[in-house]
Amino acid sequence: MAQLLSPLPGTFYRASAPDKPPFKADGDAVAVGDVIGLIEVMKSFHEVKADVAGSNIRFACDNEEPVMAGAVLAEVD
Amino acid sequence: MLKKLLVANRGEIAVRVIRAAKDLGIATVAVYSDADRDSLHVQIADEAVNIGPPAAKQSYLNVAAILKAAEETGADSIHPGYGFLAENAGFAEACATAGIVFVGPSAEAIRMMGDKVAARSAAHAAGVPVVPGSMGRVADIEAARHILIETGFPVMIKAAAGGGGRGIRIANSLAEFEAAFPQAAAEALAAFGDGGLYMEKVVSRARHIEVQVLGDGQDAVHCFERECSLQRRRQKVWEEAPSRALSDRVRDELCQSAVRLTRAVGYSGAGTIEFLYDDASDKFFFIEMNTRIQVEHPVTEMITGVDLVAEGLRIAGGEPLRLKQRDIAVRGHAIEVRLNAEDPSRDFAPFPGTVSALRVPGGPGVRFESMLYSGYTVPPFYDSLLAKLVVHGETREAAIRRLVRALKETRIEGLRTTKPLFLALADDPDVLANDVHTRWLEGWLETHSARLVPELEP
Repeated sequence: MAQLLSPLPGTFYRASAPDKPPFKADGDAVAVGDVIGLIEVMKSFHEVKADVAGSNIRFACDNEEPVMAGAVLAEVD
Repeated sequence: MLKKLLVANRGEIAVRVIRAAKDLGIATVAVYSDADRDSLHVQIADEAVNIGPPAAKQSYLNVAAILKAAEETGADSIHPGYGFLAENAGFAEACATAGIVFVGPSAEAIRMMGDKVAARSAAHAAGVPVVPGSMGRVADIEAARHILIETGFPVMIKAAAGGGGRGIRIANSLAEFEAAFPQAAAEALAAFGDGGLYMEKVVSRARHIEVQVLGDGQDAVHCFERECSLQRRRQKVWEEAPSRALSDRVRDELCQSAVRLTRAVGYSGAGTIEFLYDDASDKFFFIEMNTRIQVEHPVTEMITGVDLVAEGLRIAGGEPLRLKQRDIAVRGHAIEVRLNAEDPSRDFAPFPGTVSALRVPGGPGVRFESMLYSGYTVPPFYDSLLAKLVVHGETREAAIRRLVRALKETRIEGLRTTKPLFLALADDPDVLANDVHTRWLEGWLETHSARLVPELEP
């Protein structure tokens, strides 16, 4: 099992816009470099890319949840 | 006079408004989100009320929570600051319904100036020059053809419900225009719930010049102009007053036209009328009116000695304008720079964090408007403005020297800030000669930004 951490403090978003599907659904496989979400920091948006590959992603953070740098966003097997 | 003021904002502007209220003997109530418990505005207000989670829409944009806080603390008035609910006509109306004074203009004035087409029409009716373009909403491409004869290309297609640089497309040819028009309508409908569009000629190499006004609903005065031509992504970074670019004749015409528009809309409180000024033709054009106090208001305060926030509070308390036009005069030159928590060498990437140590500039002619203190953690949820450094000098040259001196005194340790940008700008020949326009800074950054590396103390 591996953890995907937030590189920045801010607000976590699972989709690129409210009316768009999430980048990853629970249970999806993840490759290195896949975008798993966005972090909004001071009104600017930053993509969060997976730095490990894995299967069966499980999000530990809700959409629009405030996060600190280093917070666990998701886990993969 | 107001007795108890709730400040519906955060950061440096909440601190500024609380200070002005206290100086007038008005009791103050701060509101704060869960992320702002340790904020300076919470510490210096007489009372503070938690209004919800960090996300702005659940706290600083939460009308019900703010009105509840006002009711529970017995506040008779609410100051919206800038941003958040400051130009929200629905909020001004909700305050009125709750029997609370909204410090600012009427909901009608906010609504009219917020509708960019209505504002353009009001300006035109008041004899204020507007940018060549449509005199109202443009129904379709057929209607647009007639207007294109007057504007030529490039031309801007703008959302009637937009503003602040949002909802704008530029077309360089008829083919581009015909492709962009339906896309712009669909985008405006999605973004603003209103697909209405209007058109304006692109004035290239223009300066951004704005006039500070004060109105009491009947009478109005101006406090001269500010020049804010140094912008990045349509956000101002350096503002000064007065503008060195204007002749006395043009300055007088500009300020008089701003007063006419302020009177025509029965404006109450502090407001700003924004213009583009074209050096080549010596002409100015109305762009929009901001129906609130602005970030850069202190440069006007430095050259006129008028406390704009205090005057706004007095007007909201029912006093008529205390100042006659002849009482307001310009003395010297003032410059403001915005110290943001951003790294200018890395495309202005945001840099929230903890202020490990702080050294504040001082001495004659220096004002430091900020919510920072040593040990304060800047939350990542709001905008990146940390401090406004405002300097005053007898001349523009003296003000720039003082700006450099004060910037070098300033140390905000633990964060990266835009300080290196301003040290470089203050040494640039074009800035020193004031030979700039609204697109100048973006071009300059392409060749200079790599060198703007902030010092970062551990």
